[in-house]
Amino acid sequence: MEANKILDAKGLACPMPIVKTKKAMNDLESGQVLEIHATDKGAKNDLTAWAKSGGHELIKHDEENDVFKFWIRKG
Amino acid sequence: MTVKAMTSKEVTKKVFNKEELFIFDVRNESDFQDWKIEGENFEYFNIPYFELLDGVEEIIDKIPSDKEVLVVCAKEGSSIMVAEMLSDAGLKVSYLQGGMKAWSEHLEPVKVGELRDGGEMYQFVRVGKGCLSYMVVSNNEAAIIDATRMTDIYLEFADRIGAKITHVFDTHLHADHISGGRTIAEKTGATYWLPPKDATEVTFAYQPLEDGNDVENGHVKINIHALYSPGHTIGSTSFIVDEKFLLSGDILFIDSIGRPDLAGLAQDWVGDLRESLYKRYRELSEDLTVLPAHFMIIDELNEDGSVAEKLGTLFAKNHGLNIEDGNEFRKMVTENLPPQPNAYQEIRETNMGKMNPDLEKQREMEIGPNRCAVR
Repeated sequence: MEANKILDAKGLACPMPIVKTKKAMNDLESGQVLEIHATDKGAKNDLTAWAKSGGHELIKHDEENDVFKFWIRKG
Repeated sequence: MTVKAMTSKEVTKKVFNKEELFIFDVRNESDFQDWKIEGENFEYFNIPYFELLDGVEEIIDKIPSDKEVLVVCAKEGSSIMVAEMLSDAGLKVSYLQGGMKAWSEHLEPVKVGELRDGGEMYQFVRVGKGCLSYMVVSNNEAAIIDATRMTDIYLEFADRIGAKITHVFDTHLHADHISGGRTIAEKTGATYWLPPKDATEVTFAYQPLEDGNDVENGHVKINIHALYSPGHTIGSTSFIVDEKFLLSGDILFIDSIGRPDLAGLAQDWVGDLRESLYKRYRELSEDLTVLPAHFMIIDELNEDGSVAEKLGTLFAKNHGLNIEDGNEFRKMVTENLPPQPNAYQEIRETNMGKMNPDLEKQREMEIGPNRCAVR
């Protein structure tokens, strides 16, 4: 999947993955896609809920060698 | 500004003493709905931390300034962030050290009674998850029943009171939490007892518990009668210790009874459960103090934090023991069952030795309440 920006949040504990995601989103235009890599297990539920409440769209998520990957389209 | 940490032990004290506490839970809504810190006089407010990244102005008037406030999250990071924001806004708040992860792992030992030879019965209350385990101490020897995976707590406790752990029992193959029984036995050289009917698939050696077994613990004899009482699992066993305590495992709780569906088909075992509760237990002395392996709701705790009640009182008051009609009983324990415990199949396989998840995975598997009962 084509992403406009990639955020590496690996090794970061809650709340940092979402804090960084929010900052990275601020730099994107509506409709652009942010790809996030995280290792915190709580990230999946929290990113899903955060995206929903912020009007963004979680397009896809994946898990690869203990790294969670998310693609969020800015709303 | 720095904020104060509150430990799980301090929160436990507030639960036991029925103190007031305002819990500001900043986990996401579904996690909060699924499982939270329960206290009789606790109040709750839930907003996920990720809604507060821009500040706490919008919710600050929801947080009381005249009550003790505890900010709670999964591991602690987010609760520190939110607590600091509230503190900067002028409120005095604490955060839960280690978050719900630490809360789930906290064990509080409570002495529930004396044995006739001068020994003691201790109950280890896992407040966050509602699991109860036991240590029977007699003449410097200890037997542990239904140990959790936090094995160091039992080892250190036994060490402190100068007792050697000689026997470790599980009343049944647990589906809601990972047993620490095998690890304790390996570390101490104690004998690990399991009901053989629950252990047909285990990958390790154990001593089979059979109906009528007596086990000596301490040289002054304590009788641990294995009372075979299937229902929750086919091999579920109850123990009578010192003719005084009935360790009922997951068969009988204070305000509920065991659900029969976690290891197979509820319909197949409902008859066994009824037989155990309405016949086998009826033949026992009503003066026995029932010590179950779980509590479901915080109302089941006594004043001192223990979970214990006379069998006679339960026959009078526990709804699950007072259903005359067999069909009605069958309906109650097979229909409208609560959701099954988180990852219960994986937990069972871990307890059989078929899976060896790392600590982080074990914690994740055990998230949430135990859900072993029906009311």
